Amino acid sequence: MAIRRGRGVAAINYPTGMNLGGDPTQALVHSTPTGNFMVTLSSVDLGQGMKQIMAQICAETIGVPTDRVVVDTADTDTGPHCMGTFASRGTHRAGNAVIQAAREARQVMLEVAAEELEVNASDLETDGEGNILVKGAPQRSISIFDVALSAHFKRGRSISGRGMFLIPRSYPEKETGAMKPSTCYAHACTVAEVEVDDETGEVTVLTVKNVFEIGRALNPKMVEQQLVGGSWMGISHALYETTEPYYPNRDHGGTDFNQYLMPGPGDLAQTEIIVLERPSADGPYGAKGPGEMCANPQIPAVANAVFDAVGVRIDTLPITPERILRALKAQAPN
Amino acid sequence: MELRKSYFADQRKDDLHEIGQPRPRSDSPGHVTGKTTYFADRNFPGMLHLKMVRSPHHHARIRSIDTSEAEKHPGVVKVLTAKDVPHNVYTILILIQIGPEDETVLADGKVRWKGEAVVAVLAETERAAQEAAAKVKVDYEVLPAVFDMEEALKPDAPIVNEYHGRNYYLYDSGECRKVRFGDVEAGFATADHVLEQTYQSSPIEHAPTETTGCIVAPEGNDRFTCYTNTQAMFFTLDNASIILQMPGNKLHFVGGTVGGGFGGKVDVIVEPIAILGAKLTGRPVCFVYSREEEMQISSPRAAEKVVIKDGVMNDGRIVARKVTGYTDAGAYSRHSPYGAQKGAGHYPGPYTIPNVWIDTYCVYTNRTPSSAMRGFGVTIGDFALEVQMDKLARLIGMDPLEFRFINAYRDGDMKAHRQPTEGAALIECMQEASRAANWPVAEKFMTMSSYAKGA
Repeated sequence: MAIRRGRGVAAINYPTGMNLGGDPTQALVHSTPTGNFMVTLSSVDLGQGMKQIMAQICAETIGVPTDRVVVDTADTDTGPHCMGTFASRGTHRAGNAVIQAAREARQVMLEVAAEELEVNASDLETDGEGNILVKGAPQRSISIFDVALSAHFKRGRSISGRGMFLIPRSYPEKETGAMKPSTCYAHACTVAEVEVDDETGEVTVLTVKNVFEIGRALNPKMVEQQLVGGSWMGISHALYETTEPYYPNRDHGGTDFNQYLMPGPGDLAQTEIIVLERPSADGPYGAKGPGEMCANPQIPAVANAVFDAVGVRIDTLPITPERILRALKAQAPN
Repeated sequence: MELRKSYFADQRKDDLHEIGQPRPRSDSPGHVTGKTTYFADRNFPGMLHLKMVRSPHHHARIRSIDTSEAEKHPGVVKVLTAKDVPHNVYTILILIQIGPEDETVLADGKVRWKGEAVVAVLAETERAAQEAAAKVKVDYEVLPAVFDMEEALKPDAPIVNEYHGRNYYLYDSGECRKVRFGDVEAGFATADHVLEQTYQSSPIEHAPTETTGCIVAPEGNDRFTCYTNTQAMFFTLDNASIILQMPGNKLHFVGGTVGGGFGGKVDVIVEPIAILGAKLTGRPVCFVYSREEEMQISSPRAAEKVVIKDGVMNDGRIVARKVTGYTDAGAYSRHSPYGAQKGAGHYPGPYTIPNVWIDTYCVYTNRTPSSAMRGFGVTIGDFALEVQMDKLARLIGMDPLEFRFINAYRDGDMKAHRQPTEGAALIECMQEASRAANWPVAEKFMTMSSYAKGA
């Protein structure tokens, strides 16, 4: 009887957005009288920080600092239609809608600035700090604060824009299955290292090294929180979780967190996250949806590591101590 | 976390001001100081609490329902049964033309899973609603139930759901979603080895910190405001409108920060019945799942069975892959026909294989309906695929990581569902993993690229 060590690898991809498309999201953007910007959506922030990302996308597109943007969302009286926050679609779909709306608003903003500066709108650029400058002559400039005041009180213009993003729905061909499930895919490769106690069947995940390719890390700190959380969830799926421990037997289902087990702080693996960026052709600033895929590769990587450690295959999830011990017993020479 | 900017640098301009900056989240201070408002933080004078009477049986005919004792219980204001729900038989994907309607808001004549909602009790307090719910008498005739997908697919199995009339979802392609590419049998015939393996998972709970729920307030203008933690505002509003036969303009849905979703809050379960309660009583109604309801009543991730048969050559090339996937939908469709179909589009994984055959089935059994969850239609498939890859590598005596390089898809490769690969990055992820994990592979793999060959 001994503690045995093993490691396993898994590599995966994952589609961004609702499978087969047909999932619209709309956005509206407008300026306040003093040059702050409102993004109006009906998308839902699940705690992953969608509002923050939409603010950064709007700010980048208009050319103002992120703290000049306020996001109003999840109200069906004010927000235009969003299909919902699921299928790794929030950043990709809503982000594209926000870019389109922000571009339209930016164009009006530049037109008003052009009238104030008596130049062509096409000769203007933003400095990202709240000012509009004449290209090549940055001493000729106007603040976005003053442009918004002019639009509202002097020129009677609405600095606003409408955005819409829809990938047309694909219908699978009946006999061949020819279809377009998604327009872009995120990628991952995970190496997990485990220790298995062949007397108790207990698995300790020592390390997980996750490499994720996510198109573009729009906010690296927020990417990190999502990828670390996903990695934990993957380990939890591999080794702990089910509502029906003896499926398809319907009995013994957990009804609280004493019975439904998940790894606690003491069970956390040493987690390494490395991010690659291959911008997607149709993502907002190249982003793909990493929200779901980041929890997938740890499951097979851990399963393969358990085999590497003790030489038994557990092909049924979750990989519980009971299943490992039964497999070891079945394998042992009588 | 580390960003490895050296990969794909030629495809990226790093000239942005706000994007790519690790700006602090504007909502973090609220979260960590307890100031963020969730739907349940609202409290209205006269608010009622809704509790469900649930089926104790996996499959049963309802002979009769007697609510008289419950109605007399102190504090009870209203008791609802199937006849109170205007459009009681529904399905949520009807909004994107995926039917048939196959589920009841409140059970009518039959229950098809243990925990199914039968009667709704509205009372002044949670306790009164709970106590009154226990006084509802339902006379059941227990029917044979089926829990195993293989059993459910046998011709003599009890029918779980009469709205389908068979224990699987009927796609336009027949009993399963199909993908056919190349000649899989010819591939097996030429292979040096053929390996067929079966993988199985069990249902998994989303386990959000905040359980599913909503509060509905009748407004003075004949409208209803529904404060909810749904993941999809208009999807839920539009389905509620159908179920209640109430024009959408009478409904106002307000969300906000949600305490975790993971796909568990895209079914439309609590809102319609709470709005109905508010309409029939004229009072605000709160319907929030207990932790037990969240774990055993709300949809879990489906259990899946995945059978993979591969033909592989001694040099590491996979020449044929046949996958048969079964998704356990439980008693009702919810999002499962979509999830099973998503699997068909995902297999054979991120590998280029010339001969592929995929069948994915959505199967009905007498258990809690499953539905969407993070990685929907893919997570369990990836477990099966990547364990299978490990077995194949060992079968031919090859390093598992090198084996994946040999088969990895690249730009321009045709996928089984007949889309050319674009934007591939599997090879680069594996190269970086090789370095990070100190798992050396042959130099030729470290110099490979996902870009199209010769590009």
